[in-house]
Amino acid sequence: MRTGYDLELVHLTKRYGNTVAVRDLNHVFVKGSYVCLLGPSGCGKSSTLRMIAGHEEVSEGAIVLDGHDISAMAPAQRGTAMMFQNYALFPHLSVRDNVAFSLRMKGVDRATRHARANTLLELVDMTAYADRLPAQLSGGQQQRVALARALVTQPKVLLLDEPLSALDPFLRIRMRAELKKLQRELGITFIHVTHGQDEALALADEIVVMNNAVIEQAGPARAVWATPNTEFVARFIGGHNVITLPGGKATVRADAVALADTGLPATVTAVEYQGASVAVTTQTEAGDEVLALLPEEQFFHSPKSPGDAVRLAWDEGRLHRLRA
Amino acid sequence: MGADLLRNRHVLGWLQAAPLTLVLLGFLVAPIVMIVIVSFWGATEFSIYPAFLWDNYDFLFSSPVTYKVFWATFKYAFITWALTLAIGFTVAYFLAFHVRSLTIQIALFLLCTIPFWTSNIIRMISWIPFLGRNGIANQTLISWGVIDEPLEWLLYSDFSVILAFVHLYTLFMVVPIFNTMMRIDKSLLEAARDNGASGLQTLVHVIVPLTTPGIMIGTIFVVTLVMGDFITVRFMSGSQRANVGRLISNDIALLQYPSAAATAVVLLCTVLIVIAILLRFVNIRKEL
Repeated sequence: MRTGYDLELVHLTKRYGNTVAVRDLNHVFVKGSYVCLLGPSGCGKSSTLRMIAGHEEVSEGAIVLDGHDISAMAPAQRGTAMMFQNYALFPHLSVRDNVAFSLRMKGVDRATRHARANTLLELVDMTAYADRLPAQLSGGQQQRVALARALVTQPKVLLLDEPLSALDPFLRIRMRAELKKLQRELGITFIHVTHGQDEALALADEIVVMNNAVIEQAGPARAVWATPNTEFVARFIGGHNVITLPGGKATVRADAVALADTGLPATVTAVEYQGASVAVTTQTEAGDEVLALLPEEQFFHSPKSPGDAVRLAWDEGRLHRLRA
Repeated sequence: MGADLLRNRHVLGWLQAAPLTLVLLGFLVAPIVMIVIVSFWGATEFSIYPAFLWDNYDFLFSSPVTYKVFWATFKYAFITWALTLAIGFTVAYFLAFHVRSLTIQIALFLLCTIPFWTSNIIRMISWIPFLGRNGIANQTLISWGVIDEPLEWLLYSDFSVILAFVHLYTLFMVVPIFNTMMRIDKSLLEAARDNGASGLQTLVHVIVPLTTPGIMIGTIFVVTLVMGDFITVRFMSGSQRANVGRLISNDIALLQYPSAAATAVVLLCTVLIVIAILLRFVNIRKEL
């Protein structure tokens, strides 16, 4: 269902000299959705985000938000706000002044802008730190302040450039839950650039997988994970085995592979105990590496060691043919 | 016993600090102490004798010349400071934010330092044929028809003194400011733009506050250099202008060491007070 508030990329292209960073992108971001732009470094996801934000000029094409082409506007007039990878908080300003910065630029008087900043700080649970300088905060706290500063402009779209990459793993998982909660409460579109597939799966309503300057696949997180279109997506999103079959390549999920009496012959190359499951890496005669995630009990019922010959089996329905 | 003493970490610490302490004591503290001592000595037309007299200071503070000369020194320092700051900030801003490639940045920065491969005196004196009554500047202006008579104030005036000061010392402003600006995270400028700041607002609210430590270091350089200078004032004013440095050098030429020492002590205190005031405003410690 299309509404006027969608963000749409139309034939969006970015060139740096002769290299093409983003090639002819067409995509509609539905209002109020949490979208993850996922891909390896250099795939064009950050350039795409920065073009939407207005920090990178558009070489060709248009960015339509709310029915208007915003691609030539200044960043602050677009209705977007960006949260930077390193947060980019102003080191000489207190937390409150950082959040109130955009209001100060608009000439809002001190009392009003401080009141508004306090509201936002309350939203991200940082009221107690309002008078501190950014250097006196931890990474997670700085991120909340950056979030508050981006939201104070009341954007229609919030752009997050690898927001969790600077945090330690424990904090990363906590912050992503908070990001998701915040997005649900505010109901605005979040576009989140990441190279971590687990992050994308955990957060996204929609995942857009990019590679080599184009969109490889876009869709709901579950659909992308269950039915990858291409070998690249299958490998990048993880948890899949790519098998060469007569008539093209196919994928089968690692947790759908079983060791059986009949099936594809293979040799075990590694066994890794992971608690609830055991990861058995095997190599087929065709040379494909196939990972089987076996439930712990099933594996220890008939344990295997590297070098053992096994046969791999799966339900025919779990095999998914790749388009490329 | 000796080995035990060396193992004591207090003794070892003092030993490690000793060389620098000795150098500073011998070449910084001792000369200043001597100057202070000599400033209390007495002098007649033909002799100097050790004593503890306030005569030199009495004379210094009662003479109207002192106030005039100190006033001139402050004037030179302030005008030179303002001009070097304006030029230095602009050059550093251009180098740090407009030049994108690091190679060109370094090349342009080195270009700024090339004049410093020659001596101060040569750079100063080379202005004289340019600014003189029949110098290049006057001849060019006359040939263009801008003026009919040579401009008299170009050389041997406050103008030429300040011109030489600015020429000599602008780099001392460029270097620390450029250094601080290079440490400003470029994403801060994008963040400012994202928050709706115009170019001027970004300059006023982000770049200038983050550059103040560099500005302060440059200010200290320029102010102390200009306030302690005497040779530039002498050459560029054709001995027609005076500052405190020239007062001291004149006394020395007349072998009036106690009087010169008293003036030097007052100048030293003045400069220290100026720096103390500057440091009250900005914390430069994290830049060092």
